[in-house]
Amino acid sequence: MTEPLIRPRRKDPLKKTREPLLPQGVRSRTAHGLTAAAAEGRFALQVCAGCGLAIYPPRDACPRCLSSRLPFQDVPPGGTLLAETTIRTSTDVYFRERTPWRIGTVVLDCGPSFVAHLHGDVAEGTRVRLSLRLDKSGNAVAIAMPEQSSQHQGDDVQLREFTCDPKFRRVLITDGRTAIGQAMARAMAGAGASIVFVGIADAWKPFPGETALRTIPGAEVVSLDITDSQSVADVAGEIAHRVDILINTAEHPRAGGIMHRHGLTIAHREMDIRYFGLLRLAQYFGPTMRARGADGVNAAAAFVNLLSVHALMNWPQYGAFSAAEAACLSAAQALRAELRGGGVKVLNMFAGPLDTEWFQTVPPPKLSPAALANATVDALRKGIEDSYVGDIAQDIKARLDVQPKALERELGQ
Amino acid sequence: MKRKGYDGVVICAPVSVPYRRYSVNSAHWWIGRALHALLQRTGLMPDQIDGLSVSSFTLAPDTAIGLTQHLGLSPRWLDYVPMGGAGGGVALRRAVRGVQAGDADFVVCVGADTNHVDSFRKTLSSFSRFAQDAVYPYGSGGPNASFALITRHYMNKTGATREDFGRICVAQRANAQRYDGALMQKTLTLEDYMRARPIADPIHLFDCVMPCAGAEAFLVCREDDAVAMNIPYARILSAIERHNAFASDPIQFRGGWAIDRDELWGMAGIKPDAVDFLQTYDDYPVIVMMQIEDLGFCEKGEGPAFVRAHSLTTDGDFPHNTSGGQLSVGQAGAGGGHLGLVEALRQLTDEAGTTAVPNANIGLVSGFGMINYDRGLASSAVLLARA
Repeated sequence: MTEPLIRPRRKDPLKKTREPLLPQGVRSRTAHGLTAAAAEGRFALQVCAGCGLAIYPPRDACPRCLSSRLPFQDVPPGGTLLAETTIRTSTDVYFRERTPWRIGTVVLDCGPSFVAHLHGDVAEGTRVRLSLRLDKSGNAVAIAMPEQSSQHQGDDVQLREFTCDPKFRRVLITDGRTAIGQAMARAMAGAGASIVFVGIADAWKPFPGETALRTIPGAEVVSLDITDSQSVADVAGEIAHRVDILINTAEHPRAGGIMHRHGLTIAHREMDIRYFGLLRLAQYFGPTMRARGADGVNAAAAFVNLLSVHALMNWPQYGAFSAAEAACLSAAQALRAELRGGGVKVLNMFAGPLDTEWFQTVPPPKLSPAALANATVDALRKGIEDSYVGDIAQDIKARLDVQPKALERELGQ
Repeated sequence: MKRKGYDGVVICAPVSVPYRRYSVNSAHWWIGRALHALLQRTGLMPDQIDGLSVSSFTLAPDTAIGLTQHLGLSPRWLDYVPMGGAGGGVALRRAVRGVQAGDADFVVCVGADTNHVDSFRKTLSSFSRFAQDAVYPYGSGGPNASFALITRHYMNKTGATREDFGRICVAQRANAQRYDGALMQKTLTLEDYMRARPIADPIHLFDCVMPCAGAEAFLVCREDDAVAMNIPYARILSAIERHNAFASDPIQFRGGWAIDRDELWGMAGIKPDAVDFLQTYDDYPVIVMMQIEDLGFCEKGEGPAFVRAHSLTTDGDFPHNTSGGQLSVGQAGAGGGHLGLVEALRQLTDEAGTTAVPNANIGLVSGFGMINYDRGLASSAVLLARA
């Protein structure tokens, strides 16, 4: 059984911060099919459309019938660990400081042999379940997990290299005035975060839920206005070195399209809170997080964006809002590339309309802030980078995958 | 169709350029040294070399073609066989056919690599597409880790112990102490072997070859040319080669020799008991055991009992890797694929000196190479006989 993690002690300020190193991050283009599956927490391999053979490592021709139609599809992750080894010396600098490191050969029920990382609880000759994860370089790797889950499974030292588990980490929630900000603070505290910093702009102004927010264990309210660069700079100066997970909960959903709004006041405000807010956070917190990507048990792990699923395809009823969300998605992709050098992930939580006052006229299903917060905890524990939360978001994603043009027309009706 | 024999063509002029742990010189330099030594000992002039076969991993950005201009050769037959441990056997098979057909008269086969500080790591991370996608990101243990899994499975399945593998390594070290070219000469006892530090369980330090720089070469020509030039030579009785054998085995437990060995023995018209010495590809000892089994010296799974029952030193009843093999001589990259062949040739042309196996008339040289993903893909074997 996995030994539970020990809460990290206060860092010795005289000690050098371990610089982040990455495992080898080069992959063939085809192998990124695994990255795509890992990003969403699925287990997928190539399955030959010609003869049905499940294939690994990724190939460009089927080794049985030579067909080139080799789409990735979800396959059963079960298998047996045939042989294992503990690597004690490595030529690679990343693994060199992480040895001993266990790997093993897993014979999958669906066919191929998969040399995979091993969770500490799996033993040779036993049944395992392969799980695709993103390693610090942002590319897919598989880890063999025990078939049965156990209490401290997430604390496994090899598994934790691939996850962003909030346990013992310090979280910054950028806007605690919103329902989602407050739900997120509760969820992170519940997931074992050691400190939950909660940003509140203009703290003298009371807001609903304030008392409850201040009583969340580990919560510390900080004065933060993400539309004010100086405010973001000031807060970053004080706490950036202690932020392991940053969750941007600032939102500004306003109904209305493009053509019939008069002037740009609302659009400016949308962009200021959402797009420029994201840029300010990235500029003032990003470099410090990137530098702390290998800083022990509570190393910097993730920058989380809560995005409308309509960042992927405009919803004209909330047309300007969708456009601002799309800008945030694009910025998040750039930020993802920039933080990757530190092994810090950018997690995008795609959601449909939340069950809040700003989507009052939208018919259900709508997503409760608590559901989005819990899904964020789950995504961080898995270490994925794209999560589609709730019925609407999953529906939009599925329709987008099949036929984007149809989705564009349908959303515009 | 019945395969044509290798009559009329011979292998001669064994050359080993003394190995070095690290070298500031390029692969080109090492290949040049080998060719120079070969010309000196045979009396051939550079313009007589009309066939060249090159096996090297560190020649980049060049390949064999660039090497011709670099070395000032103008061959009419050129081959590039970057097939690692099977390279020697593969190069020989092709060269013999080239000479037999009259496409070339004198083919020099060279296996050589340099070893700069840090070049081994670079070779590993970009060794193959599968290595890049599916091996190196998993702990970057290199071949140590891949063979650890194969070894572990072999031990589980056959009951082989570390001591069994140790017997192979210890005997080779004893052989190496008689071979000046070996980088590792210090006495190795079974206790030393057992006490060595773990590298990737169950692989420990003395199971691993040491990457180094070096070159091995030999010449393939018509028998009557060798006679005319007074060059001692050996005959080629038979040779086999196989790639990606037993692809559906979930983990490597046997190699391509098991498919082709009947042809190997049949073509030569002899049985395993006729062999006076065996040179296997010994990266790692588990692969030695597989070769002993798959080539027919014992039944599958009886490799451990075989090495317990036999003495593997040059003066033993089953002389094996008579110069010390890569485990004690060092692994000069692709040179390792030629090492066994060159040493066998020395044995059969009375040039083995202190490593000589008494009354050695027939030798078997086996090759194994290219761990692309989870297993070695290439196997080769050559039966050689004293002229």
